[in-house]
Amino acid sequence: MTATIGHASVIAALLFAVWGIIAPVIGSRPGRERFYASTRAAIMGQFFLVTLASLSLIYGLVTTDFSIKYVAFNTTRATPIYYRVTGLWGALEGSLLLWEWILIIFSGLVAWIYKERHRELMPWVLMIFSIVSAFFLVVLGFVSNPFESVFPVPADGRGLNPLLEDANMMTHPPLLYTGFVGLTVPYAFAMAALIKGKLDEAWIVTTRRWTLTAWFFLTMGNLVGAWWSYHVLGWGGYWAWDPVENAAFMPWLPATAFLHSVQVQERRRMLKVWNLSLIIIAFSLTIFGTFLTRSGILSSIHAFSSGPVGTVFLVFLAIVLLGSFGLLAYRADHLKGQPELDSMVSRESAFLLNNVVLVSALFTIFLGTIFPLISEAVVGVQVSVGAPYFNSVTVPLFLLLVFLMGVGPMIAWRKASWDNLRRNFLWPSVASLLFALLLFGWKVRDFFPLLGFTLLAFVVLTILFDTALAVRARRRIAGEGIFSALATLARKNQRRYGGFIVHLGVVLIIMGIAGSMGYSVEREATLRTGESLSLGRYHILFEGLRGSQQPTHFRVEGDFRVFNKGEDLGILSPALKFFPAQQSPVGRAVHRSNISDDLYLILSGFSELKENQATLKILVRPMVMWMWVGGLVILLGTIVAVWPFRQKGRGWRIED
Amino acid sequence: MRIARETMAWRRIIITLAVLLPLIGILAYGFVRDPRYINSPLIGRPATPFAVTLFDGKKLTLDDLKGKAVFLNFWASWCPPCRAEARDLEAAWQTFKDGDVVFLGIDIQDTDEDARAYLKEFNITYPNGRDLSGKVAVDYGVWGIPETFFIDPQGRITYKHVGSLGSALITTKLDEARRGIVSAKEGKGSYQSVR
Repeated sequence: MTATIGHASVIAALLFAVWGIIAPVIGSRPGRERFYASTRAAIMGQFFLVTLASLSLIYGLVTTDFSIKYVAFNTTRATPIYYRVTGLWGALEGSLLLWEWILIIFSGLVAWIYKERHRELMPWVLMIFSIVSAFFLVVLGFVSNPFESVFPVPADGRGLNPLLEDANMMTHPPLLYTGFVGLTVPYAFAMAALIKGKLDEAWIVTTRRWTLTAWFFLTMGNLVGAWWSYHVLGWGGYWAWDPVENAAFMPWLPATAFLHSVQVQERRRMLKVWNLSLIIIAFSLTIFGTFLTRSGILSSIHAFSSGPVGTVFLVFLAIVLLGSFGLLAYRADHLKGQPELDSMVSRESAFLLNNVVLVSALFTIFLGTIFPLISEAVVGVQVSVGAPYFNSVTVPLFLLLVFLMGVGPMIAWRKASWDNLRRNFLWPSVASLLFALLLFGWKVRDFFPLLGFTLLAFVVLTILFDTALAVRARRRIAGEGIFSALATLARKNQRRYGGFIVHLGVVLIIMGIAGSMGYSVEREATLRTGESLSLGRYHILFEGLRGSQQPTHFRVEGDFRVFNKGEDLGILSPALKFFPAQQSPVGRAVHRSNISDDLYLILSGFSELKENQATLKILVRPMVMWMWVGGLVILLGTIVAVWPFRQKGRGWRIED
Repeated sequence: MRIARETMAWRRIIITLAVLLPLIGILAYGFVRDPRYINSPLIGRPATPFAVTLFDGKKLTLDDLKGKAVFLNFWASWCPPCRAEARDLEAAWQTFKDGDVVFLGIDIQDTDEDARAYLKEFNITYPNGRDLSGKVAVDYGVWGIPETFFIDPQGRITYKHVGSLGSALITTKLDEARRGIVSAKEGKGSYQSVR
């Protein structure tokens, strides 16, 4: 019954989506304008039906209705209730339904918020939403149907992949999907503007908050993914440049570029074609990411099921790319007449350089990701592109980006005067050079870490210096205290100060990456009870092994007492979990974080023959914690930037 | 003017297509290949020495076979494709046994009793031994069975075949091995067993 309701809702929603595509076309004929109005109804119909379908699947999961294949594969009777709900995105079919659900929630919000505005654009915006939605509904209805039944009905289900039974897995996929789907909003507005030939800045101004929100979710999705990898996978790392990780990261690059370059278009009416291209690329990459993940065309450590869904995604990707860029090429005449750069030393050129760097990074990562394919297709040689390639090409690019992060927000528009440069950069530059000397004296002698930390300091200093000047001015003019001056500044110029805070968060993340990339140390040894191992200031004493039967698996834990310079920090117990359905054990690493470094223990093995002998791997990874702190700072910055503060006499500012 | 503008638009559309179509083509190409397939790095390299105890109790090492082309076949009694090719292998051995060619079968992950029954069932007369520790199979990177290695008289691996073999291919590749011709790639039979 549940399955029937779910499947029927998907099919009915598809009909609404098809109507949502046709209606604006009919409406564009003279005298048929009333058809425009029905595009909203088409979105609302989809919203209702897809919500119903999603709730049906959740209901099926919660009530363990094993007659639905998806439920049987992703839950068991023993699965706790919250993991039953998160089973919605535990596998392909459910994830696609979640994606469609988020998409149609976004579409519904757009249709509702802009009920009275953008009368010309809205039918076409909603049509683009309906096209994307129709694609997902076709996939859900006919290619990978989450409501497929199974007969005979099994007595118990197979259960979620044990790696997914983790609190972070409850948040990582929805965050990432929200980021991916969020990019559909600016894409839909951009396409509508192209279709109508209404190519002023309206679409950019309207979608600014949507883009920023999508960017935020994309950032968080990647960060939580890294966190999950670090905490659950138990290999001591958080990023491996695996194709699937790249797929999640790649849309972030053009989205970030877009956030910056739209400011240039808003202010200077430049970069029109460029901005349209960026948003098309960013949206295409969200589809490409899913294609890559689900088609199995590249070898990945993320073992996802493959099937016909890959082909369907490729067809859609082809339609999106050809349709969007074709339309852009066709309309390019209307996009001419932009002013040229006044000076190479200006905010425009800093933002332009930022874009070039981000797109170069995107290109190198894209090339590295699909290179195995190109190589085999063109020269017939198998290759595999690994972390050394990605690290060596992206590190210099990202360092350049850090430098621009310090320059961009402070440099003047049009043409920076000497005065502007001296006022904003002299003291931060001097201070960061002093900082570099300090680091050098403190035995940071390698080129990239030294340069990296110096540039990070430069960004922080420029931001603090600029803010301090502004606060001083406000104190003088309005006589405010420091904190109320900061609050006024942030409220009066949300985008600027929100951006500053986000930049500080990015600085923290890069600091964590740089510290843990450059200065990690590790040791591995086989220990008997009572033996110990030292690494840096840590001393680890092996106190014995314990085995215990857990509800879903058998667990072997090692007890290790940790000493920090002789001070007893208590016991850490990394474990190996043996799931009956899995061939090899799943590790559970444990770690102790503090602001300077993480101590990370992995139980790599134990002897079944000799009792109480275990192999332990220890890693000390400096500054990892700052990555997660950086994430929180970005959250704060995004809130400051998008929060609809009530302004005097203007009401709520949803619009800008 | 209007015409010129439309030509420009078409030119841009063609450029767009010229960039996008190859990209989509490359991605589509992904479906025809198996990303997990790795060509054996052993082809063209000297074969790793090994020693096995044959079913008749004698010991045999790879060095003993120097100067002859070696047909080295990994099998097990529980493996259906091995059974499928067993008669062809024995027939090939009957054809080539008087020349400068040696056939050697290596049984892996099996019991002594089952293996002997298998040899009897197919009347296999060429030497066969058991790889008790699995070391030989690991050295040769055996992933599934049957896998067959052709080794030239100088002890170099000239060809590897994954999955069951037919008599025509055995003849060709043995001839190449005798003459020291190294194949570029490993070959693949229709099916293979993995335990």
